[in-house]
Amino acid sequence: MKPAPFELHRPSDTALAARMTGGGDGTIKPVAGGQSLGPMLNLRLTRPAGLVDITALPGLTDLRETATHVEIGAAVTHARIEDGACPEPIAGMLRHVAGGIAYRAVRNRGTIGGSLCHADPAADWITALTALGASVVATGGTGTTREIPMTEFMLGAYRTALRPDEIATAIRIPRHSPGARWGYHKICRKVGEFADAIAAFVADPQTRVCRAVFGSTGGAPLVSPVLAAHAARTGTPADLAMVKAELGRSGLSLGAVKIHQLAVAHRRAVAEALSDG
Amino acid sequence: MSTGIGERVLRKEDRRLLNGQARFVGDIRLPRQWEAAFVRSPLAHGRIRSVTKPAGLEDRVFTAADLADVRPIRAESSLPSYNPSDQYPLARDKVRFVGECLAICIAPTRAEAEDLAERVEIEIDPLPPVVDALKAREPGSALLHEDWGNNLFLTTFFDGDIETLRKTAPVIVEREYSTARQCMNPMEGKGTLAHWDEKAGQLVVYTSTQVPHLIRTGISEFLGIDQGQVRVIAPDVGGGFGYKCVLQPEELSVSWVARRTGRPIRWTEDRREHLVAGANTRQHHYKLTAFADERGRLLGMDAEITVDVGAYSVWPFTACLEAAQAGGNLPGPYDFGIYRCRTWSVATNKPAFTPYRGVARPGVCFAMELTIDAIARAVGREPSEVRKENLVPAAKMPYTNVTKKFYDSGDYPESVAQAEKAIDLKGFRARQAAARAEGRHLGIGFSTFTEQSAHGTKVFAAWGLPLVPGYDQAMVKITPSGSVEVRSGNHSFGQGLETTLAQVASEWLTVGTDRISVVMGDTGITPYSTGAYASRGMVMSGGAVSKAAEVLAGRVRRHAAHLLQCKPEDIRLAEGKAWHGEAHVGFEDIARAWYLRPDQLPDDVETAGLEVTEGYKPDIDTGVFTYATHAAIVEVDPDTGRVAIEDYFIFEDCGRRVNPLILEGQAYGGAAQGIGTALFEEVLYDANGQPLTSTLADYILPGPAELPSFRLGHAETLSPYTRHGIKGVGEGAAIAPGGAIVNAVNDALSPFGVELNSLPATPERILGAILRATPETEAAG
Repeated sequence: MKPAPFELHRPSDTALAARMTGGGDGTIKPVAGGQSLGPMLNLRLTRPAGLVDITALPGLTDLRETATHVEIGAAVTHARIEDGACPEPIAGMLRHVAGGIAYRAVRNRGTIGGSLCHADPAADWITALTALGASVVATGGTGTTREIPMTEFMLGAYRTALRPDEIATAIRIPRHSPGARWGYHKICRKVGEFADAIAAFVADPQTRVCRAVFGSTGGAPLVSPVLAAHAARTGTPADLAMVKAELGRSGLSLGAVKIHQLAVAHRRAVAEALSDG
Repeated sequence: MSTGIGERVLRKEDRRLLNGQARFVGDIRLPRQWEAAFVRSPLAHGRIRSVTKPAGLEDRVFTAADLADVRPIRAESSLPSYNPSDQYPLARDKVRFVGECLAICIAPTRAEAEDLAERVEIEIDPLPPVVDALKAREPGSALLHEDWGNNLFLTTFFDGDIETLRKTAPVIVEREYSTARQCMNPMEGKGTLAHWDEKAGQLVVYTSTQVPHLIRTGISEFLGIDQGQVRVIAPDVGGGFGYKCVLQPEELSVSWVARRTGRPIRWTEDRREHLVAGANTRQHHYKLTAFADERGRLLGMDAEITVDVGAYSVWPFTACLEAAQAGGNLPGPYDFGIYRCRTWSVATNKPAFTPYRGVARPGVCFAMELTIDAIARAVGREPSEVRKENLVPAAKMPYTNVTKKFYDSGDYPESVAQAEKAIDLKGFRARQAAARAEGRHLGIGFSTFTEQSAHGTKVFAAWGLPLVPGYDQAMVKITPSGSVEVRSGNHSFGQGLETTLAQVASEWLTVGTDRISVVMGDTGITPYSTGAYASRGMVMSGGAVSKAAEVLAGRVRRHAAHLLQCKPEDIRLAEGKAWHGEAHVGFEDIARAWYLRPDQLPDDVETAGLEVTEGYKPDIDTGVFTYATHAAIVEVDPDTGRVAIEDYFIFEDCGRRVNPLILEGQAYGGAAQGIGTALFEEVLYDANGQPLTSTLADYILPGPAELPSFRLGHAETLSPYTRHGIKGVGEGAAIAPGGAIVNAVNDALSPFGVELNSLPATPERILGAILRATPETEAAG
C-alpha cells in the first residue's frame, strides 16, 4: 500500500495553485490534510500525476467573523474547530459536529474544506453546512472568486461544482440569531466510523429560516423543506410514516433499513433541537 | 517477594512493547536488503494463461515458472475421505481466490516493488466462482480441484439413534445458524525477512510466526533444503491468534528469492493484503435439531455442520481441523446421550481456512447456546435454569461425553450460578420489565463452554496430521553470575510467556523473575517445541520449564551442599539462595564455584553442570478442559438496530492461575475479539467472489468505545493431570461472546417476536428483522 509516484507542489499563491490544478487535465489534485486522499493514494485507487499542497496558501487557515457571517479557511482542521477556536454561527454546532468526525488523529490533520471537496456522501460537514445555509468560496486561476451555496456545491457522490482550476479557499456561514436551535444526529456502527444515517435540523425563529437535511443518502445531502416546515410549525418532528413518505418521494434508491435509520435520525435531530434541555 | 506461580508479576516484555522498542520483522534492516511485493490474483477463480514480466526487469520478478523446484504445500491427513490440495506458493495453472500470489517482485523499497508489480501483465480466463459453501456441496457445482470430482475436503459422520428421538421427544427445536467469515487482524500482519548466511551455511528466516520450529520443517520440506541449513527466528510478534500457526506461501517465496538472489529480502503484509488474502476464518453454517423433555432437559441432538474452508488445506493443520473440532465440540459442556452429526469441509474460492482463537468453538458455542435459549423459550422457562440443568454436574466429574471427550475436572453449573449472581439475574428481570414499560429494550444472555486445551499426541495423531506434537522441551540454566536463563522453542506473541515461564522457573529456583531471562522463538538456540497453538503454551512449555527447573534445583542443592558442607537434602532454596539452617550461599556463589572457581569443588562434583534440558507432556493426551460462563446485559435500540453492552461478566476456571494479572488481560482481549465476532466483523463477497470489505472502513473492528468494562470471576479447579494443575486459557474468552450477546439481543427483542440466528448481529440485521416483523404504523422516537 504505497502510492504510485507523483510530484508534490507547494505554491504560496492561490491563483497559481488553481492554475496548477487546472492545467493537468484533471491529473493534478489539491491536497490539504490528506485524510481521505492519503488512503486512496496508498491503495492506488487514485493516481494523480501531481499534488498541490494548499496548506501554505495565504488565508486558508484563517478564521474570520463579520457582523453577518463566520468565515472559515478551507484548510482549518476539524480539531481546531472542535477545540473552540472558531466563532460559532449558531451556539455550539460546529464544535459538536467537528468533535464527532472520525478520530482525533484524523481530526488533527483533516480539514473542513478537504472534507467538503472530497464530497463523501457519508461525511459530516457536507450535511451540517447545508443545514446552516453555508457557501463555499472558490478561487480560480485568474484570482477571481465566486461563492457556491452548499445546496449547489455537491453534485453527487465524490462530485462537486468546483471547476478543475478552482480551489475552495473558505466556507462562509451566516450567523444565526441567539434564539436559533439546532440538532444533529448520526447513526454509526461504531464511534468514529462514517455514518449510516445523518440528519441535521436548524431553526431560527427570528429569521424564519428552518432547514432539515439528510446525509449519508448515497449522494448529495437531501434537503426537505416539507419536514422543516412541519417541525417549525408544530414544534415536534413529523411522525415516522410521514418522514419515510418524504424520503420515498426523494427519488433516491434507499433500502428499508436505510430509510428507517434516516427517519429516526431526523426525528431525533428535531427533538434535540426543539427540546428545552 | 515471591515471583513464583500465582503472583501478579508485571509483564517483563511490556517495557519494550509499550515503549516502541520491540523488534518486529518490519524493524529489522540487514545490509543490501531489498523489499518484496506480490502480484495477486484479481479473480476468484480462473485459469492462468500467462504471467509476463516487464521487459528489462526480468531478474526482479519471479513467477511459478521460476519456482519450478519448489514443492506445493500439501498437508496430508490419514482421515478417510480427505482430499489434500496442492498449493503452489506462486499460483500455477489456476487461481482459486482473490489475492492468491502470482508473482513476487523485488526492489530497493516497497513502493518501487509495488510499481514493479503493477507492470507484470497477467492473463487469466475466468472460471465460474464458487462462493456459497452450501451450494458448493451439491453435485453440479463448479469445481476448485477438478481431480476430486467434488468440492469436499472432508466429510465426517458421527451416528446416533436420532430417529427414535424424533418420534418420542416431547420438545423438538430446529434452527439454522451462520457465522461470518472473518479476518483475525493481528496488529502486525505476516512478515518475513530471509537471507543466506554464508558463514553458517544456512538460510536464516526471520518471520512473524507462532511456530518457528514447525516453519523450519515446512521450509525445509517444501524448498527441499536440509533442516540443518534452515534457521527460523521469530522476533517480536505483534499478535498471532492462529493466523501465524501455519506455513505461509509467502514464507516460501521470500525464502526462495533470498536464496536465489543472495540478497536479504523482506516482505511485510499490508492491511489490504490481510483483509483480502487473509480472510480465512470462522465461517460456519449449522442446521440443528435439538430434542428435549418438557422441562427442557436435552435428550439428543442432530447436527449438520458446514465449514467454508476456502481454496486450500493449510500446512500442517489441514482444512479439516475446524470441522473435526466443530463436530466433536458441539455437545460442549452438556450432558446428553444421543448425538448425530454430519460435517462438510467445503472448498470455495476464498483464502485457505486457518484456525482462529477458539478454533471452531466460537461457532459451535454460538449454535449450542442459542439452541439452549430456544429450548428454554419453547418450554417457557428461564434460560439459565435450563442451562444449569443440562450442564455436566460436578458430581459426574471426570466425565466422558457423547463424543468421547474426557472432561478432567470442574463445576460447570456453578459457573452459571456465579454469573447469575454477579450480573443479578433476578434484579435484572424486574429492571427489564420496568424498562419495557418505558419503551426501552434490555436483554440478558448467558453462554457456557468448555475448551479443550493442550491436547496432545494421541489427539493430533487421531486427526492423521503430518506433524504430531509430543514432548515440549525447555532448557533452564544458571549463568556464571547466578542469574537464570530459560530457553523454550515455543513463542510469545502477546500472551506474556516471557513472564509466566520465568515465574514457573522462579517457583522452583526462588530467584526473582527480574533475574530470569526467557529466550524463545529461534530454532538456532532453543530446544524443540511444536509452538504456540491450542492454548498449550503454559501447560506444555510451562510444564517443561517446571520439570527442567525442578531437576536444576536438585543440582543447585547438591552444589550448595559442597559449599556449605552438609547433605543436599538439608539444603533449602529460598530468596534465590541455598540455605542450611542460618548459613547460606547465593546462586552467584554456586555459579562462581562451577564456572569460575572449580577449585572450590570436590573431585566427585556432578559434571552435568548447571544447565538442564527436559521434555514434558501431561499425563493424558486428551487435553485439559477449561470452562467458563459469560453473561451479558445489552440494550437494543429498536429504531436504529444498535446494540449497547451494559454489563459483561465472565466466570472462568482454568485451573492454577500462573499469573492472574496476565490471565485477566487474556480474558479482556479474547472477549473483545469475541465481541467483534458477535456484533461487527464480517467479510463480504459479491457473486463473483470479489471481497467487498478490503479496508478497515468496510471491515469493522470494535474499538474501545464499543467495549464494556468486563468484570471477571474465577475458580481454580486444578487439573489432576498437569504440572501445577495448570489448564490452557489463552483462547477461551473469544469463544462465548457471540452466544451471550445474541442470546441477550434475542431476549431484548422478544416483544417483537424477532430472533436472530446469524453473526454478526449488525444494525442492518437487527433492524431489518424488526421491520419485517413490525407493522409500518409503529412509532419511533
